[in-house]
Amino acid sequence: MSTASSARAADLRAGDRKSSAPASASAKKVGAAASWVDERTGIAKGASFMLKKVFPDHWSFMLGEVAMYSMIICLLTGVFLSLWFIPSAGQIPYEGSYLPLKGITMSEAYSSTLGISFDVRGGLLIRQIHHWAALMFVVSLSVHMFRVFFTGAFRKPREINWVIGTMLSMLALIEGFAGYSLPDDLLSGTGLRAAEGFIRSVPIIGSYVSYMMFGGAFPGEAIIPRLYAVHVLLLPAVLIGLFTAHIILVMVHKHTQYSGPGRTNENVVGFPLMPVYTAKAGGFFFLVFGLLSLISALVTINPIWAYGPYDPSPVTAGSQPDWYMGFADGALRLLPGWLEFEIFGFTLSLNVFLGAVLLIPVMYTITGAYPFLERWITGDNREHHILDRPRNVPTRTALGVAAITAYLVLMFAAGNDIIAIRLQMSINDITRAFQVLFFVAPILTFWVTRRICLSLQRHDRDKVLHGRESGTLVRTPDGQYYEVHEELNDYDRWKLVGFESPAPLALPSGKDANGVASKDAKKELRRAKWSKFFFASRVEPVTPAELAAAHHHGEHEAIETPAGAGAHAIKQASQD
Amino acid sequence: MSDPRLPATFENPGLPPHVHRAADTDPRAAKRAERQVAGLFTLSILSTIGFIVSYFAVKNDTEAFIPFIGTTNLLNVLLGVFLALALLGIGFGAVHWAKTLMPDEEVVEERHPIRSDDESRAKAVGLLEAGAESAQLNRRPLLKATAGTALGLFALPLGVQLAGSLGNPTKALDELKSTIWDVKDGKPIRLVRDVERTPIKAADVSIGAVFHVLPETIKESHHVLEDKAKAAVLLMRLHPNDFAADDLGKKAKSWGYEGIVAYSKICTHVGCPVGLYEQQTHHLLCPCHQSTFDVTRDCEVIFGPAKRPLPQLKITVDAEGYLVAPQGFAEPVGPSYWERKK
Repeated sequence: MSTASSARAADLRAGDRKSSAPASASAKKVGAAASWVDERTGIAKGASFMLKKVFPDHWSFMLGEVAMYSMIICLLTGVFLSLWFIPSAGQIPYEGSYLPLKGITMSEAYSSTLGISFDVRGGLLIRQIHHWAALMFVVSLSVHMFRVFFTGAFRKPREINWVIGTMLSMLALIEGFAGYSLPDDLLSGTGLRAAEGFIRSVPIIGSYVSYMMFGGAFPGEAIIPRLYAVHVLLLPAVLIGLFTAHIILVMVHKHTQYSGPGRTNENVVGFPLMPVYTAKAGGFFFLVFGLLSLISALVTINPIWAYGPYDPSPVTAGSQPDWYMGFADGALRLLPGWLEFEIFGFTLSLNVFLGAVLLIPVMYTITGAYPFLERWITGDNREHHILDRPRNVPTRTALGVAAITAYLVLMFAAGNDIIAIRLQMSINDITRAFQVLFFVAPILTFWVTRRICLSLQRHDRDKVLHGRESGTLVRTPDGQYYEVHEELNDYDRWKLVGFESPAPLALPSGKDANGVASKDAKKELRRAKWSKFFFASRVEPVTPAELAAAHHHGEHEAIETPAGAGAHAIKQASQD
Repeated sequence: MSDPRLPATFENPGLPPHVHRAADTDPRAAKRAERQVAGLFTLSILSTIGFIVSYFAVKNDTEAFIPFIGTTNLLNVLLGVFLALALLGIGFGAVHWAKTLMPDEEVVEERHPIRSDDESRAKAVGLLEAGAESAQLNRRPLLKATAGTALGLFALPLGVQLAGSLGNPTKALDELKSTIWDVKDGKPIRLVRDVERTPIKAADVSIGAVFHVLPETIKESHHVLEDKAKAAVLLMRLHPNDFAADDLGKKAKSWGYEGIVAYSKICTHVGCPVGLYEQQTHHLLCPCHQSTFDVTRDCEVIFGPAKRPLPQLKITVDAEGYLVAPQGFAEPVGPSYWERKK
């Protein structure tokens, strides 16, 4: 080795530096290839920074990973499908191997989708993995979003990432709808038919926009290739761009962690990327892919051959979109007809426009704005890296549950016909019930959730003050029974007391120092009222003094009433 | 009672002591874990082989009975299950490896405030200002104004090209109003059965019957789907006494022929075909959003999100007894739009 390198050194020109010798035996093994790359990219510095990066471990952190992997699986299987799919609405007679449709006139899009399902070996599997992965993508990113919301992970410094996530979620819906419409079967074509009606409902420009999008009268031959371009090029590019920004920001911020012993707002406790996190997260990709393959092998999804080609005249009962568009479809079923009216001789169909066009952007705008609204109310401008337990922020948790309730009411409303048939009930009654529930149910669940959160917090307090129930019953000499409570250790206790419970802002008078009602003072009053709404129902964490008092209380009882002291003390405690 | 020596809140007790796993201390447990992981990887290898064998050995159209699932395509099941096992073997293997044999002692990394320090901020602002200054941005307002305008406008050509060429919207209002039922030469248009495209004799329509109908002009259409999307009609025969006694019922009856009435099949809500006819109640139901129309009262909306009744097609019979439409629809069919009344 030494002779070889000194021999080569002779060949160097002045000013050239010879490659540095590997630092250790193991580095030598990684060898020449890595050295070649590093000399041209300097990647080793960045790599060692990345490889020792720490990720906290919790099952709920894997939800975003599921979404990420589902998206990658969609991209991968999508490339496969694009090799056989023909994005054309041109009408041809079907010549494939599926006998029931032989000779029927259909679009090339539908015919080639039948080809993928019946004539391409393994094509059906790839198509089903693609569809299941798309559904999994939307499900997992929604649940990931719930996790981030309920734990307050959107707080400073992560507001931008919350907004990016919101956009990803909305684009995922549109991407899904575009892909769902491509096979041009009867069901998806009916969906497009409705979509054309949605666009027409836009005031002033609706009819023109519809003609531009469809390249003339519905259905036309333009929409399938256009949706294809949107589905395979435009939206995936935007999704990947936003997703990359999302991940980079996670790196920059370092991952949040749950409160626990040793975990503070100034550190991250977890496993390094190499090797533990690589093995777990990398292995998890294969688990998600494997699970999707298994489902796709065993459960048929979107059997387009059973629906037939699109034709504007026939329709099937129980027409429904994929689940993630259900809430918008449900809104359309609930909005009453009287919302359509005439204004200066023009027709305004709010019964369609509100549910089909406005609902999605409005819903996502409110979602995206939430971190900023909450920050305005709380006035909290600190960085937060420790996650909230949902029970410890009752109002936020209740707001989230109320929003999900409203969403679910709309989603179930999209199945009002199925519910009516399955439960043998009147569809009219069901629809009216959903109309009422849309307004009433969120209020109810808000209230119930807040009460549950407060109860759970009180339970936590009890546990800290009086210990956990050990399950051991003790009989005293004079025949009384009591259950022994075990005091929590420092680590377990910290999980229950390591949080803040701020008091609401004091209500100002709404007047400035001179007793005059000014704009600023009114704003302060408004803010204080919101602060009261947000923080008024609260339970404070146990303080060391309270714990000492609880201990003292128990001992005190024991001294004063020698017989049956323990039982009495416990009884007292549970009444507190 | 509170002790002044106690802190106001609890203090973070720090990381709990580490508990070792079986494989950390017992070499036999570690060996067992190694075998389990290797077993999972082997499962993956075998399944990959299984996938390739099935791909070549099983026919495309072989059906097989799978318990709990029913009769299904065998190739799809075999490929999917083998692919799943090949992937799950790697996944479970890697995770099990990480959980049993890789270090499980947590590592602590410090966080630093996200914000840059004041010095870096000042430097960045200074660089920006110096750059703007050296480019003479503020000293030359003419450059600022023209550059700004040019940048603001440069996307316009692309936008115009896109919007201008997507589709010609000038025909939109005329086309939304017209259907191929519109009579051109004064000759009434025959009603034909959808699919078969044969004309319908009034005598063939018994009470309670429903026909899916298109205009005979569909045979000459060059845009079959587009024309069908507006011209689809539903034809029903009611007993003349079934119509409501009010004005609506009378109008419906007078535009029909001996209780036979024809209505646009395109829902006035968002355009789905109103395909479900309830013979007993004479209600038409749209399967998409459940708008319900009452045929006895000129297809007025009696439930659901639609506002307007389905447009009626006036019909009569010609000399040979076939049903014909002497005129097109009196109003635009299908979903509402801004200029509908214009």
